[in-house]
Amino acid sequence: MPLLERLQTLDRRIIFLFIGLSVLVPLLFPITFPEHPSPIVTAIYDGIESLPERSIVLMPFDYDPSTAPELDPMATSLMRHCMTRNLRVCTMALWPEGQGMANNIMSIVVEREFPDKVYGEDYVNLGYKAGAQGLINTLLLSMRSMYTTDAAGTPVDEIPLMKNIHTLRDFAFIMNLSAGRPGTKEWIQFAGDPGDIPIASGSTAVQAPLMYPYYPSQMVGMMGGLKGAAEYEALLVKGYPQFKNSSAVATGLMAPQAFAHLVIMVFIIIGNIIFFVERRQKDR
Amino acid sequence: MKKTIPLLITFVVGLALILAIFIPPEPFHTMNREFSVYFDIIAVFAFILGGGNLIRVHGNKISRKKKDYKYSFVTLLGFFVTLFVGLLKIGGPPGIQGEVMASGSWFLFIFNAILTPLTATMFALLAFYVASASFRAFRAKTTEATILLLAGFIILLGRTFFGYYITSWLPDSLSFLEIPNLANWIMAWPNTAGQRAIVIGISLGVAATSLRIILGIERSYLGSGE
Repeated sequence: MPLLERLQTLDRRIIFLFIGLSVLVPLLFPITFPEHPSPIVTAIYDGIESLPERSIVLMPFDYDPSTAPELDPMATSLMRHCMTRNLRVCTMALWPEGQGMANNIMSIVVEREFPDKVYGEDYVNLGYKAGAQGLINTLLLSMRSMYTTDAAGTPVDEIPLMKNIHTLRDFAFIMNLSAGRPGTKEWIQFAGDPGDIPIASGSTAVQAPLMYPYYPSQMVGMMGGLKGAAEYEALLVKGYPQFKNSSAVATGLMAPQAFAHLVIMVFIIIGNIIFFVERRQKDR
Repeated sequence: MKKTIPLLITFVVGLALILAIFIPPEPFHTMNREFSVYFDIIAVFAFILGGGNLIRVHGNKISRKKKDYKYSFVTLLGFFVTLFVGLLKIGGPPGIQGEVMASGSWFLFIFNAILTPLTATMFALLAFYVASASFRAFRAKTTEATILLLAGFIILLGRTFFGYYITSWLPDSLSFLEIPNLANWIMAWPNTAGQRAIVIGISLGVAATSLRIILGIERSYLGSGE
């Protein structure tokens, strides 16, 4: 069978095999390359750096485990950054699974790496509430209308961190981690814009292009996909070298992603060569 | 009468919501807050509706032994086990305010040991299908398709270190031609322009449709009336 014919009828399992190998091999034999942070990611880092100590950052976890490989490294770096800068963090979720994602990050990062931080004083998890953009609209007017307790059932009035938080306007910064709707778009439309609150986004690579129209006037900055997470890790390590060994999850995953991209490109090129050869043969 | 009352409710509620948003002084400020709370409460009931619908659809499939009805057993089993474990807070702190996902709770176990790997697996499979679909469908058939293909290549390369190394030799005066910079430019300008046009178009459409519904011109949401 001629090569062209073979390629035309290429079994998709061969493509699957190449994709699998392109991801598996760099995972088994890790290689890392330096990241060069883009302005849109650097803007978030600078935004958090500019906050006064003890400012309260709201971090809504609007994603589920399917997008954790992209968004967990962002959440981890942001949490480390906030805790190191002695900022206070309040988490919540518009997605039911978001509460679990926030719990994981708090136990992995805050409880293990920052044992001196106290729950309720330095960080708090308000948990999930239904309502999407309706919930954001309510929170902009009154936090306690919807959140009377935190995720563990402790009354909000008994949590020191929440003492001066009455509406979303009382947060110094909103750092949304978003994998779709409801997510960053809703936070900008219903909180950032009407409340004049600085808001930044950690978005999946699929969602990132949809968020660009809001940058830079309505959104401080954005981390898009694994690349954005890796760039933020690079910024964090540069600013705080103590995280050199621990803060490299996304950077380590960039190699499998890069090779997978390369394999996809090679297959697209092969597909186009077949297309043009076929067209030439038909023209003859 | 069957349609007049729903139309009247829609008109009054729609008008009240618009006034509550656009007029800041009291009593509209309180109205806005109260309406938002009502919305959030109604949103909670959507879960009951969703759960009921899930049981109805899959129960129907099982009772009629439709194609692949065995999978419906798995769906309903998963639904009821999770619901049971979550409502009774097995392994976690009791009481209505106890944390559902507290350490040691069965709900947390379901989340970490079942939901997380299953959803991650499903999402990871996409990479394989994207590669296969790109090979078969991403063709430079027309000028537009060729531009799209080139933009796609620049973005794919620009999101990796390959893109940086391929063009890092360019002098500073030509740094705008470096692939990561080109990728950033595509995202920041052509992409933003296109997305803004889409968002503005959708928003105008939503505003127009909302007005038509509030004024009773658009009535399809009331059903056929049969």
